[in-house]
Amino acid sequence: MLLEVSELAVDVATRRGFQRVVDRTSFSIAEGEGLGMVGESGSGKTMTALALMGLTPEGARVSGSIRFEGRELVGLEEDAMRQLRGDRIAMIFQEPMTALNPLRRVGAQVAEPLMLHRALSKREALARAVQLLEHVRLAEPERAARSYPFALSGGERQRAMIAMAIGCSPRLVIADEPTTALDVTVQARILALIDGLRSESKMAIVLVSHDLAVIAGHCDRVIVMYAGVIMESGPVEAVLREPRNPYTLALLEARPGPGAPRGARLKTIPAAPAVAQGNSEGCPFAGRCALTIDICRKVTPPEVAFGAGHISRCHRAGEVGLAR
Amino acid sequence: MTLSARFRPRGGLSLWLGAVLVAALIAAALLSLIWTPYPPTAIDIPHKLAPPSAAHWFGTDNLGRDVASQILVGSRVSILVGVIAVGIGLAFGIVLGLIAAFSKGLVEDGLMKLSDFVFAFPALLLAIMLTSTFGPGVVNAIIAIGIYNVPIIAKLTRATANGVLSREYALAARAAGRGSIAIAIDHVLPNIAPALIVQATIQFAIAILAEAALSYLGLGAQPPETSWGKMLADAQNVLYNAPRLALYPGIAIALSVLGLNLLGDGLRDALDPKLRARS
Amino acid sequence: MSEGPLLEVSSLVKTYRSPGVGPFARKNARPALAGVSFSIEQGRSFGIVGESGSGKSTLARIALALDRPDSGGVRLQGRSLFDLPRRELRATRAHMQMIFQDPYGSLDPRQRVEKIVAEPLAALGGVSRAERQGRVRASLEAVGLKASDASKHPHEFSGGQRQRIAIARALITRPRLVVADEPVSALDVSVQAQTLNLMSDLEREAGVTFLLISHDLAVVAHICETTAVMYRGRIVELGETAAMFAKPAHPYTRELVDATPRLDRPTHAPLEQDAPIVAALVERGDEVNDRVYKLGATEPRQGQASRAETADGCPYVSRCAFARPRCREEAPVLETKDGGGRKVACHFPLD
Repeated sequence: MLLEVSELAVDVATRRGFQRVVDRTSFSIAEGEGLGMVGESGSGKTMTALALMGLTPEGARVSGSIRFEGRELVGLEEDAMRQLRGDRIAMIFQEPMTALNPLRRVGAQVAEPLMLHRALSKREALARAVQLLEHVRLAEPERAARSYPFALSGGERQRAMIAMAIGCSPRLVIADEPTTALDVTVQARILALIDGLRSESKMAIVLVSHDLAVIAGHCDRVIVMYAGVIMESGPVEAVLREPRNPYTLALLEARPGPGAPRGARLKTIPAAPAVAQGNSEGCPFAGRCALTIDICRKVTPPEVAFGAGHISRCHRAGEVGLAR
Repeated sequence: MTLSARFRPRGGLSLWLGAVLVAALIAAALLSLIWTPYPPTAIDIPHKLAPPSAAHWFGTDNLGRDVASQILVGSRVSILVGVIAVGIGLAFGIVLGLIAAFSKGLVEDGLMKLSDFVFAFPALLLAIMLTSTFGPGVVNAIIAIGIYNVPIIAKLTRATANGVLSREYALAARAAGRGSIAIAIDHVLPNIAPALIVQATIQFAIAILAEAALSYLGLGAQPPETSWGKMLADAQNVLYNAPRLALYPGIAIALSVLGLNLLGDGLRDALDPKLRARS
Repeated sequence: MSEGPLLEVSSLVKTYRSPGVGPFARKNARPALAGVSFSIEQGRSFGIVGESGSGKSTLARIALALDRPDSGGVRLQGRSLFDLPRRELRATRAHMQMIFQDPYGSLDPRQRVEKIVAEPLAALGGVSRAERQGRVRASLEAVGLKASDASKHPHEFSGGQRQRIAIARALITRPRLVVADEPVSALDVSVQAQTLNLMSDLEREAGVTFLLISHDLAVVAHICETTAVMYRGRIVELGETAAMFAKPAHPYTRELVDATPRLDRPTHAPLEQDAPIVAALVERGDEVNDRVYKLGATEPRQGQASRAETADGCPYVSRCAFARPRCREEAPVLETKDGGGRKVACHFPLD
């Protein structure tokens, strides 16, 4: 296993004390695997991604275990973590404009990890950066390398950020909503690019998104998160075709689908998505869930297995709606 | 510096300290209206340059006048200068700034260039020009300082008003059919008020310093009027004999300015988060 | 019902002059709208789909007379908006309202909900306090909020609830037309569904017709009978929504449809399916834009796009896998092809 996460919990410091945003989640990623993390706001998916990189905000408490290539990352000193970042684990962010330094040329930024981790000279690193930009299918890579971020379009900046991330051939790339801020046609091309890069280099990817359809198209396995808890996880086909958790089902049904009659009522989930409660009793979805029964509020639901690594955390997992 | 959560105010220590100092300043000014230990202008040559004692808490100056009384009266002058000068700045500055922000185009550019022009004059030079033209005295000093405040407030108003106008709720108001004046009153002013309040406290502090400087130069308070700046000027002559005579007005000025700056900082912290409130 | 179209937009042109320096100044003045015309019938909600740079937001603002076009006009219920004197225009705004994308930015954080929702009434004037309170209450209840919410501030509500407040505000003058600019893009999926349901209900019960602008085809398909697809300031295809997305005639519409991630079918690598078609065209001797195809999955650089457009050809030519020489020279016109309600602006529409 490339990455093994066990009982990961993240508590964030707020004015009113600590707020638990990731509530003892466990999952793993094999070499070259694509894992999707889907959830709405407050689900904890972004914080999980940040925890993997050791980039949780100041004052946040991370507990549990993250083993990457056999090495424990929780509690690792910052120096050691910094050596891993950009080299073995890399991250792609949602907003390329703010993730790239607007005051430095693109080529220099792509070259930076190469100089840091591969000890290349500036000239060598810049040359390699141009190669990388070409590899991510940026038109006129030399010109792009000499440009500043504002001269590139959103899609181009995202490609540059991908180039920066893959420069040192990391084993794991974490992509936090990499295409949410982009036009849909650009999104399609960027996702295709990521797929292509993955199959070339066998790097594993964690794709965080709020869009189930994006995950369906580009991941092998998926984790569905709600209020800091993993509600369901398993192979993408299985989870999306035969969801075993009411929340997953609700997400699927809430999406206006093609072919549905115009103006048909979408099945909605009442009220708004919850943030993690941190009280370890009961299911966070209790109350909003159409299948809620008494025990849901009192006892944390167990993990129910459905074969091939498909797990659902629900007291009534067996009764959830049938295949779509 | 961490206080326990119960005592930690929004805005922190700055706000508390600042408020205390400014309150003391205001209290001194109010007090001076009804009572001072001695009449501040009472000359008492036999007791000149007396050191602090039970009779005279801060001692007397080179004409035997009670220093403590003068400090109290001086605070009144400082407050007056601050309030009126900042008031002038706000009254004209807000109007000009709003006109600039709503008019856009040439009017906006023109007004801002004009502001830059006035702004470019060293404040003191401007004040000196005005007082030497129209005569010295506290009133003219106030007007001069007030004029200097106008471009500062105008530029701030225009910048923050533009910020509000670029928000979607301003566009929504326009889409609903509201006119510019209605938008200015209902949306712009309430949202820029915090920034203006903070700037006003800072300008208040600057006004006090400016008045002190002008009075020191002899262009502000004229005898028998007194102010802290004038006290500093008078103290110059006897600096070797009684340096304390410079210390009292100096410390008074410093504490007032410090208090206002701290208050401004504290207010900025206290008011901003509420504005940016996102659940 | 047959009183003529609710909204008629004719030949709108709008250019934003960005401050260019030196000889490149003119090239920066790309038209945001390059001649847009369509009409909306009462009771048939209309969608506009486009990506960034399509001009859809500019169109929304001009349709509501929040901005003036360089040329062209907008008629609401037969009255030309830009010819009205200011006072009458203000009164006309009662009939057309807007919902914005950002539920956090479109409500004044310092006002109470009552004042926010009643704002269009304040613009109208002549509404007594009692009547105002009554209408605010009715509007809030119509969107599923409580009358007691009127005394709260926006920050006490979630994103979805704020969007409801914005909708309540848009409805209070009982407008015929509501322009919704990306109304659900900033909301979570479950909340999107609630909001879309609300909009469908309002269409039926309050007789509101929506002009819905979005980049999300599924959202538009859910609410709008008719949809126009915009690309760089022009409408490239217009027609009945479901049919158009099922069988697009314009290559850009097809690119959009294919690029939209769907659960029921795998997403193709773009242009992958075009390979056989392109190959066939090349064999036939057509000079196809196979440069785009050879570049693989790149998108055209911003510079390239505008260079291609200052010419007279089709704006999509630099991205179109099927572009022929004629496409570079002559801009296609939006017109009906082979009867039916579909209009396409393409010399070689897909069939």
